[in-house]
Amino acid sequence: MSELSNKFLVGIFDDDDVVLKAVREVKDAGVRIHEVYSPFAIHGLDVALGHPRSRLGIAAFMFAVSGTLSALLLTAYTEKWDWPMIIGGKDSWSFPTYMPIIFELTVLFCALGMVGTFLLSNNLGPTVNPLMFDLRTTDNKFAMAIDLDRNRMDEGQIEQILKRSGAAEVNLKQF
Amino acid sequence: MSHITSSVRTPLVTGGKTYADVTEDISRQVEGKPTREWTIAFTISVIVLLYGTACVFWTWWEGLGVWGLNKTVGWAWDITNFVWWVGIGHAGTLISAILLLFRQKWRTAVNRSAEAMTIFAVLCAASFILMHMGRPWLAYWALPLPNTFGSLWVNFKSPLVWDVFAISTYFTVSLVFWYMGLLPDLATIRDRARNKVSRYIYGALSLGWNGSAKTWARYEYMSLILAGLSTPLVLSVHTIVSMDFATSVVPGWHTTIFPPYFVAGAIFSGFAMVQNLVLIIRVVFKLEDYITLEHIESMNKVITLTGSIVGVAYLTEFFIAWYSGVEFESYAFINRATGPYWWAYLTMMTCNVVSPQLFWVRSIRRSVVWTFVIAVVVNIGMWFERFVIIVTSLHRDYLPSSWAMFHPTLFDISDYLFSFGFFFTLFLLFAKFLPVVNMSEVKAIIKSSSEKLPQSVSGVSKGERVTAPTFNKDAE
Repeated sequence: MSELSNKFLVGIFDDDDVVLKAVREVKDAGVRIHEVYSPFAIHGLDVALGHPRSRLGIAAFMFAVSGTLSALLLTAYTEKWDWPMIIGGKDSWSFPTYMPIIFELTVLFCALGMVGTFLLSNNLGPTVNPLMFDLRTTDNKFAMAIDLDRNRMDEGQIEQILKRSGAAEVNLKQF
Repeated sequence: MSHITSSVRTPLVTGGKTYADVTEDISRQVEGKPTREWTIAFTISVIVLLYGTACVFWTWWEGLGVWGLNKTVGWAWDITNFVWWVGIGHAGTLISAILLLFRQKWRTAVNRSAEAMTIFAVLCAASFILMHMGRPWLAYWALPLPNTFGSLWVNFKSPLVWDVFAISTYFTVSLVFWYMGLLPDLATIRDRARNKVSRYIYGALSLGWNGSAKTWARYEYMSLILAGLSTPLVLSVHTIVSMDFATSVVPGWHTTIFPPYFVAGAIFSGFAMVQNLVLIIRVVFKLEDYITLEHIESMNKVITLTGSIVGVAYLTEFFIAWYSGVEFESYAFINRATGPYWWAYLTMMTCNVVSPQLFWVRSIRRSVVWTFVIAVVVNIGMWFERFVIIVTSLHRDYLPSSWAMFHPTLFDISDYLFSFGFFFTLFLLFAKFLPVVNMSEVKAIIKSSSEKLPQSVSGVSKGERVTAPTFNKDAE
């Protein structure tokens, strides 16, 4: 988000289905949309905006694998090499009895790693001051932000397009 | 959202709520001054907590001898309370994770408070682990630390060590899941905040959430994976708790039925606790439009199902004890039902097997009063189940000369009271300072499940949004 410019045109919508439809219309009219903000998840919105599919699943899988390997290493090192013990007549390294540990650490690494990745990739943190195009987008409104510097059309034209596709109001927002 | 909802389904959110109504109804109690009822309830909880804390410290100071334990019954209320609280926690994860995977939309109204209950219940459970260690300052010995700390590594083959991993993972993942679910709602409260302090606090807590489409897409993806992780996790936790018993050679404990039976029992008691909490929240915060009789009925159905599974497990145990031909095993069960603890066994059977069957009657499972009473009864029954399993299996062991009875002392009772004070203090703080209903998720289901569409809907016709069968309010 470093290349953010200052002038945005923000279309405010009242309904999630309207905004979803408007995204397609505005794009078809040749306007580049910066981002859409909503109070809840709108399914299909990221596809309509052309956002690439999230790779969070890959990250989650890698963290899970690292959890499994760490647990294997921990149990193997402590019970097989560092201080072998025979308990309950089992081998010093007996895989079945370590399954619970391996499973729990897999889940733990996966969950924490994935959530950490999510926070980092979305730039979320306790000291982050978010760019809010309209404070009502966490309540009941849906905002479509259009970066004026990255569009060739002029303000009036874009405003017309937004209004035609169902925006209840169009505001100019400067940062 | 553009989900297709069958017309036979009754609406999940009543009262024709709009998105703005949802925000207003839920945020109101966070922003307003504490009510009188809240203040009274909080004061009582804190007093109980302080009394309990003093008793817990006395237990540690004086030693575990202040409990009613003896040489034969070495585990009693401590582990009963531990298993009881862990079990209660399971309903929160079931609602937030398993019902998410099953796309049960009714969970959105209750998942927040149920997950909060999970986290606090697991903390209560963990407090009994610390208590029964007797020397809590050495609790880190349960962690896999190198042997310069003690003499050896922990025994990874022990179910008690599995428990350490299971409970701590469960707590961590539940906390993270719950907190991630809170982010959008904390942002809502941040943006509504009128004074600087709450804007700053909720601003920091919401981690700078701005609700962009990209964030939401990743967020949904993450929630799905977290739900997928939590589902086997929650099953593993009570499975491992049951293995604390099942891997021993004590008659009455050494049974392969324990894992599924414990998991069903955990969900059973957890849902009962959710009912109790939710029914109170619903009235106090005036959330009848969000937590409707539909929700209560759905949860009562889960209670009946899991209660019946538990009932079948009780009978199966008896059958197997006889069928195995093992004298000790048979005796353990006959002693349970007819020995000196027959009253505990009878309480357990009545509360857990008989009482939830009342929910087959539609008017009972849709009655707030009946639900509340039966939920309390179920929680009592599930406490007795753990007591019966633990104490009746121990008190008459292989050597008749060492047979004994367990009599709780004041400290057994007070340490149990501690957990109630702890739980309700945390829960009341949660109910006051955080939104008790997941606003963003309720908003997402409101269109397909509300009685009528928000009036602000414009531009898109009904037919375009949903294909037949459409939602319609004339269904009932």
